[in-house]
Amino acid sequence: MNQKKFKSQTFPQGGVHSADLKLSADQPIQPLGLPQTVAIPLSQHIGKPAAALVAVGESVKVGQLIAKADGFISANIHSSVSGKVIKIEDVMDQTGYKKKAFVIQVEGDEWTATIDRSPEIKRGIAFSADEIRAKVMQAGIVGLGGATFPSHVKLAVPEGKTAKCLLINGVECEPFLTSDHRLMLEHGEQILIGVQIALKALGIERAMVGIEDNKPDAIEHLKDLTKNYKGIEIHPLKVWYPQGGERQLVKALMNKEIPPPPKGLPIDVGAIVLNVATCFAIYEAVQKNKPLFERVVTVTGSNLKKPSNFLVRIGTPIQQLIDVSGGIPEGTGKILSGGPMMGKTLLTTDSPVTKGTGGIVLFDETQSHRKEMLDCIRCAKCVSVCPLGLEPYLLMAMTDKNMLDRAEEERITNCCECACCVFACPANRPLLDYIRYGKTTVLQRMRSRQQK
Amino acid sequence: MMSPTLIYTILVLCAIGVISAVILFFVAQKFKVVEDPRVDEVEQALPSVNCGGCGFPGCRAFAEACVKAETLDALYCTPGGNECMAEVARILGKAVVEQEARIAVLLCNGTCENRPKTARYDGAKTCAIAASTSSGDTACFYGCLGLADCVTVCPFDAIHMDQLSGLPLVIEEKCTACGKCVTACPKYVLELRKKGPKGRRVYVSCMNKDKGAVARKACNVACIGCNKCVKECPFEAITLENNLAYIHSDKCRLCRKCAPVCPTGAIQETNFPARKPKEESATVTAVNENKDNESEKI
Amino acid sequence: MNQKPLTVSLSPHLYSGLSIEKSMYGVILALLPALAVSVYVFGLGVLYLTGIAVASCIAFEFAIQKYLLKVPVRALDGSAILTGLLLAFNLPVNLPWWMVIIGSFVAIAIAKMSFGGLGNNIFNPALIARVFLLISFPVAMTTWPKAFAYRLASVDGRTAATPLMLLKEGLLNGQTMAEISAKLPDYGQLLLGLIGGCIGEVSAAALILGGLYLLWKKIISWHIPVSMVATVFAFSGILWLVDPAKYASPLFHILSGGVMLGAIYMATDYVSSPMTRKGMLIYGCLIGALTVIIRVFGAYPEGVSFAILIMNAFVPLINRYCKPHRFGE
Repeated sequence: MNQKKFKSQTFPQGGVHSADLKLSADQPIQPLGLPQTVAIPLSQHIGKPAAALVAVGESVKVGQLIAKADGFISANIHSSVSGKVIKIEDVMDQTGYKKKAFVIQVEGDEWTATIDRSPEIKRGIAFSADEIRAKVMQAGIVGLGGATFPSHVKLAVPEGKTAKCLLINGVECEPFLTSDHRLMLEHGEQILIGVQIALKALGIERAMVGIEDNKPDAIEHLKDLTKNYKGIEIHPLKVWYPQGGERQLVKALMNKEIPPPPKGLPIDVGAIVLNVATCFAIYEAVQKNKPLFERVVTVTGSNLKKPSNFLVRIGTPIQQLIDVSGGIPEGTGKILSGGPMMGKTLLTTDSPVTKGTGGIVLFDETQSHRKEMLDCIRCAKCVSVCPLGLEPYLLMAMTDKNMLDRAEEERITNCCECACCVFACPANRPLLDYIRYGKTTVLQRMRSRQQK
Repeated sequence: MMSPTLIYTILVLCAIGVISAVILFFVAQKFKVVEDPRVDEVEQALPSVNCGGCGFPGCRAFAEACVKAETLDALYCTPGGNECMAEVARILGKAVVEQEARIAVLLCNGTCENRPKTARYDGAKTCAIAASTSSGDTACFYGCLGLADCVTVCPFDAIHMDQLSGLPLVIEEKCTACGKCVTACPKYVLELRKKGPKGRRVYVSCMNKDKGAVARKACNVACIGCNKCVKECPFEAITLENNLAYIHSDKCRLCRKCAPVCPTGAIQETNFPARKPKEESATVTAVNENKDNESEKI
Repeated sequence: MNQKPLTVSLSPHLYSGLSIEKSMYGVILALLPALAVSVYVFGLGVLYLTGIAVASCIAFEFAIQKYLLKVPVRALDGSAILTGLLLAFNLPVNLPWWMVIIGSFVAIAIAKMSFGGLGNNIFNPALIARVFLLISFPVAMTTWPKAFAYRLASVDGRTAATPLMLLKEGLLNGQTMAEISAKLPDYGQLLLGLIGGCIGEVSAAALILGGLYLLWKKIISWHIPVSMVATVFAFSGILWLVDPAKYASPLFHILSGGVMLGAIYMATDYVSSPMTRKGMLIYGCLIGALTVIIRVFGAYPEGVSFAILIMNAFVPLINRYCKPHRFGE
């Protein structure tokens, strides 16, 4: 494919290049059959778990609100199937911990009446900014790129800050994953309408869509479509991990640096970042009254028979997705939820698909083990690939030696856990394992200090 | 004849030496720190392992605290024990409360046999990080992770990993109950308990708070919260909370009635003479006893 | 559960495939052109000496890891071979074999393993060994064979001074640059390496070729070599402009002696160089400056190894104060 067609941008500091491995890029999105039971966790987002509204034994319909957002940073949960709630119990989800979930026995497929199931595209936006925000909140939309931050919070610009530009993340920089790619190809127009809705909610005019140039078809397709949509620009980006990270995307597209976390947010430089899948969900929620209860999930892996992209109801057991793609291949050693750079390993394939599940990646036994850890040879690879200008080797040593004050001075809390350092380390050191632990400990200490 | 260079060199060096000595003398006078001589004496009496079990950063700090404090009630050096504290009390002319000797006890018996692995952990080899990664590599969320953080922190070399069981073993003679392992354990499966007469102890060796069926599925020797031991205990020393029984060592009279009724063998008894072979649970306890004896031999 | 338990670990689950071995063997590969030139200039004795140095380094590392430290043996990970190779590159070809072995012992046992092995040493092991030998056996270490001496029939006149020694001696004897430069090789000879000197430093061109390979493979970054060579060039250039009769030209300075070898292969040693780009630039510049100071004002004709070792000692300090650009600050 000719990649030199566009002039591609990227961010300047750090980053790595890894193989594409987009095995399922040519597979159209197919709806997955209804499961027999679903398990819908109450906490599928950052923030407080939602509060349950239905009890065991009650019947629910597709799209019915079953748990209500508990507080501002929280999100509604809707039933993805029709049937009966048979129990509410702790279910192992993809984080590796047990969480409270509705277990629903599926009976038929009866949707709530308000949902518009017609296939035609609704273009005109008939709602005010407040109405849009209310609808987005009602639909329980969260960031579908993986961070699962409630979207209505993002669409409400805090006082004293001004939004200048909406950035749409179509980067999909993780190897293997193709769900956003397929969504852009198949529902490009809906995504752009979703972007316009978001623009209206924010009261701004300009949106930039960043897409990595290993998806030239998606770039072309959206570029054609934007002729009818004013204010939306398509920007090809160089393939460079972790470009899908908020900070890197803002740097690549706007050449601005977001101040470090936990205080710095994209809005500090006038940016709002939304994922393409989130925009699609916003379109469906606002124009079609359809709450977020299904999403596109990539199921892939080098040995998998049929790497595919599915439209999946939230709560479907992951095992079912793998079965339809040809079953777990012989000698599978590791199954990931999410991409190989930031994804989490599954303890069991009975875990349900949640709002944050972008992909399932199966690894062969031979690829699923780390190599023996050696002494640090101080090659400085980790320092040069860190996109945030940290020194991973130092942070690891400090966490190991419990020097958390120094680690805090060295900005351990800035780390975005992109894992470039471990990717590049020639001595196979688990830098990020330590840094992540150090970071959580330091953050806890900072919080307890504030409370004093 | 000595050459003049040599003489000058010697003279200059001597002069430098004398001047430095004078300066040092005055500096030493100026910055002299007056310290209670008893601090040194107390420090001498302490085991000087700097374990921090007393809550002070090292033995010196503890000694200073002892000298300053009006009574020794809140101060106790666990590694030194009663003898050491008696000596400290003698030096300072204060009274000291004797404390019963304690020991670190592992509240998990999830050996490789009892608790099958449901996943293989392949990350940094420390419990702290493993505990923050996921719910562990077995179906029991509460049990020992077996990555030996307690062994690393122990200043007395009193904990070793048992290769067969994958669990840490506390060596009774070496453990001083400083409590470092207890704070280091991210799963809270180590507890300081009374050492007991002749080292005899009865305790529930499990921390699993899941419901009985779930706990049993995860581990053969889990406490399933069946309440049998609570009913059996004549001294009300056992309580049940969150599907988990706990034996309060201050109420327990070591009658050992609870152990035979436990359906999973989660109750451990150490250093008791073997029961008569007629009784049902003899095999379980005998095995456990053997293990404990082995650990003492090491 | 379907089958065997799944593996649980934290991200990432893909790796770049980079390893210590790959980096080390990459550097070794990059040194081969210079070795070839050296064999051409000094004869097969080069291979003999290099072989002894490499073999003894591996042997010492193996013995120490296996019998003394009782750790897993990793003597063939390339680092010991590289140390041996770099040590040999810093020696005159006619050095007795037992001195080479002493050098290997100092490099591996004292400068590397006593600090805890690869990754933990403060100083560059090969340079420690070279300086140790230079101070212990000054005559043997400064008796340089002439280029192509192995082809001469007679034993006399096989040795000659290096260009830098000629320069130093000439200046000490009060000669002017014009008089000295008559005796010095021209730049073409310096570049190709058809001169006397130690094994590795003869051909600047071959060394640069290897350096380009390392840059292409991203084994080293440009910061240290470029800043170091540039500083040598600039500093000696200023001196030369001030008084061309007393000081040699900057081009002569960067092409002669160990500047290229030091800049590309010794100063860039992973373990003993700084971690950040900024730090690397400072480090390179200071090595360059120290080199010129030692060469021009010091007692030794050559100063690269001392300069690098001195700066090695400053690396922790540089690491402490040179931080990368923190994103967003």
